[in-house]
Amino acid sequence: MTLGFVMLCHTALDRAAQVARNWASSDCPVVIHVDKRTPTTQAEKLRADLADLENVRFSTRHACEWGTWGIVAATQAAASLMLAEFPQVRHVFLASGSCLPLRPVAELRGYLDERPRTDFIESVTTSDVGWTIGGLNAERFTLRFPFSWRKHRWLFDTYVELQRLLRVNRPKPSGIVPHLGSQWWCLTRQTLSAILDGPDREEYDRYFRRVWIPDESYFQTLVRQVSTNVESRSLTLSKFDFQGKPHIFYDDHLQLLKRSDCFVARKMWPQANKLYDTFLSPDAGAKPQAEPNPGKIDRLFAKAVERRTTGRAGLYMQSRFPNKEWEQGRTAAPYSIFEGFADVFEGFDTWLSKVSGTRVHGHLFAADRVQYAGGATIYNGAMSDSAALRDYNPRSFLTNLIWNTRGERQCLQFGPADNQKIAKFVAADPNAQIQVISGAFAIPLFQSNQNFSEIRAEAARLQRIESEFLTVLRAPNVKARVRIWTLAEFIESPMEPLQSIVDEISPRALRRLTEVPRMVALFGFGQFLQNLRNQGMQPVLMGDFPAGPDMPSASGRRARLYLVK
Amino acid sequence: MGVLKSYRLRLRRKQFLARALLRRRELRAVANRMAKVRPDPVLLFSCMRNEMVRLPYFLQYYRDLGVDHFLIVDNDSDDGTREYLARQPDVSLWTSKSSYKRARFGMDWLTHLLRRYGHGNWCLTVDVDEFFIYPFCETRPLRALTDWLDSSQIRAFAAMLLDMYPKGPIQDQPYREGQNPFDIAQWFDSGNYSISRNWGFGNLWVQGGPRTRTFFPEEPKKSPALNKIPLVKWDKSYAYVSSTHMLLPRGLNLVFDEWGGEKASGCLLHAKFLNTFAVKAEEEMARGEHYANSHEYRAYQEGLKDQPDLWCKWSEKYINWRQLEILGLMSKGNWA
Repeated sequence: MTLGFVMLCHTALDRAAQVARNWASSDCPVVIHVDKRTPTTQAEKLRADLADLENVRFSTRHACEWGTWGIVAATQAAASLMLAEFPQVRHVFLASGSCLPLRPVAELRGYLDERPRTDFIESVTTSDVGWTIGGLNAERFTLRFPFSWRKHRWLFDTYVELQRLLRVNRPKPSGIVPHLGSQWWCLTRQTLSAILDGPDREEYDRYFRRVWIPDESYFQTLVRQVSTNVESRSLTLSKFDFQGKPHIFYDDHLQLLKRSDCFVARKMWPQANKLYDTFLSPDAGAKPQAEPNPGKIDRLFAKAVERRTTGRAGLYMQSRFPNKEWEQGRTAAPYSIFEGFADVFEGFDTWLSKVSGTRVHGHLFAADRVQYAGGATIYNGAMSDSAALRDYNPRSFLTNLIWNTRGERQCLQFGPADNQKIAKFVAADPNAQIQVISGAFAIPLFQSNQNFSEIRAEAARLQRIESEFLTVLRAPNVKARVRIWTLAEFIESPMEPLQSIVDEISPRALRRLTEVPRMVALFGFGQFLQNLRNQGMQPVLMGDFPAGPDMPSASGRRARLYLVK
Repeated sequence: MGVLKSYRLRLRRKQFLARALLRRRELRAVANRMAKVRPDPVLLFSCMRNEMVRLPYFLQYYRDLGVDHFLIVDNDSDDGTREYLARQPDVSLWTSKSSYKRARFGMDWLTHLLRRYGHGNWCLTVDVDEFFIYPFCETRPLRALTDWLDSSQIRAFAAMLLDMYPKGPIQDQPYREGQNPFDIAQWFDSGNYSISRNWGFGNLWVQGGPRTRTFFPEEPKKSPALNKIPLVKWDKSYAYVSSTHMLLPRGLNLVFDEWGGEKASGCLLHAKFLNTFAVKAEEEMARGEHYANSHEYRAYQEGLKDQPDLWCKWSEKYINWRQLEILGLMSKGNWA
């Protein structure tokens, strides 16, 4: 008893010849089908190349266009020829011209000898299939597909739409339950002949002729009628990408393929010399018998598909530039924006980087230059500190910064004096943690030594800008984690907010803050606000400060606060 | 996109093709070996002037990558470039004494050659200082990439220009003929590129890198574009619009994914900043044959006076394509 190979070839026939010779000379008959669309000279050359092998046959040529009946017809013809010509064959293995055996055929034969009655064919009901492209799962079997998908896409699509509109539902031949699966199978003579010589074959053929991609469903469905022992997996390692076309193996996959312990794999790049040389050399193998284990290859290709469909979050580059709302992660990692904190506390950035272990920048969007942490003039990724460069594309600036510093959380100061163009972008970014002490912008003005009329004008301008920012932060579509306090609220009890912010930034620290930054002296601030009011401006964002010279109660404890656990 | 707009772009494309047709008369064939090229070749198109020092390595690099034939336009060289190229068995050479600037910076000549010889083939259009890097380039030849692009029905492949520079002033390490330029210019900027969409042509504008941060920090708008689409399965109806930055029909410019995924892309390592650069900047300024009144070269010349060092402490040292992939400058997409 032996094993026969049916090979469906259309290009790279010299490689197909190499593989066919390998199998045939190991005493496995081979029946080759050459696509009718392949030039006859090439087909003739293949025939001549293999003329010295007496267990190689060529079957009637059919045109095999992807997704059409031709491939099934070719398979039927070749398999029938195999069964008729080589009575010693027990298992028939369907392979393609770009398949490559990864283990000596003797091992495959041994494997099958241990399982003489088993049909290896992936066969899954339509409702359980996740891999098909274009949503044509069940509809493959209920609609008709007379037009070529490759050549007449418009007709194909329109006709499908039309049939959906008319609620076409083709009657199925009685008793069949549609199954799908990989085209590449290995069936026993009993099963295969029962399918090919069955009394209802004509009816089935007529039906499947108009099914979409019948090579993935014809044998997969009919095998359930006749076989008692279906092992629903393919012995051929074959992976498909998100467009439904097979992944291709190259020389650099050699080790991966070796370790997969699969019997046959496709699809090989025809010029992968190292693969063909290695696996077709007579001393290939000599390894302990093992079950096929394509796990690693599965992961590799699954990752590739994921990269193509989901990509790396927060990356904007020449071949990934998502439309708005399709970013799948606007930025690469969480980051924090502090507005007003640097005005309320002295040395806030130093303190924050100490307690949270993060990188704390100054005002990255300051008007004159980018204030990177430590006063750096150039930063991670060779980012410039030029304000003009940053303002040319603030969004690229921020996403670059977050991408370049993956693994280290970035904190930045923000304020109404800064460029505000980034506001909407960060507000809708789930990675952003934004905290605002509203009205804190008045503190530097309070401390400044300008004419009061200038201070008043500046305070009004900053207040307007900050209110706009707060409106953005309070919009319903905000995805950032936003916290807003008025200045008065905040200085009344600064510890609680600080603790919760730090906990959120570095959750693993889980300790109480023992040291808080020094708050600036606000003696007379209430009077300052009152003066603004007296000059006709309405300071609203600071909250309720008493008009007198006194400070709100809690901040009466001036200077450094030491807390006891 | 309105009917009117797409009609205008169509006219524009026809205009480019007509210009190429007119300017083909400025080309004189020095050595045309196209008849001997294998079927289905991967072709390289380039336009150059006085690049003798760079040529040997350039040709070797692309031969190793698997380019089958070079189609080169020589713009009136006088340093032996023409004679050297004419001797190469896999080079077809044309020469022109006409203005580089008026030939749309050489693109009219190349458009003609692309149309005449590139139709139906994979065509790589690069400058002599651009070195194409793509995923798996050290283990898979260029043809593996083009075969894969064919099977994925992708017509154009993006490769961003990545400016490479040495550590220290560029005059300090002279480049010798035949040397790998990236033995000297080993460094690049990994993450300071700004990207925006050009809705008119459907491409991305990528700007940034060392040129922007040293020569154009206050006028970022003027800084050179880095987005390029050098590898295209050519059709005679195609035309490059501005250098190889973008193409018409505009569908070819959609080399990026809009829905969050990554398409496969490569890089063009740009070996511009070698000691040869200062001489070139001076020469090009004098000829005034470059883009936008050579404002780029003017800025360089200004910047070069005080022997600048493009290197900074955040510069990244080039290792291989995988490093560029991890940094997010290029992508494997779903090629595995």
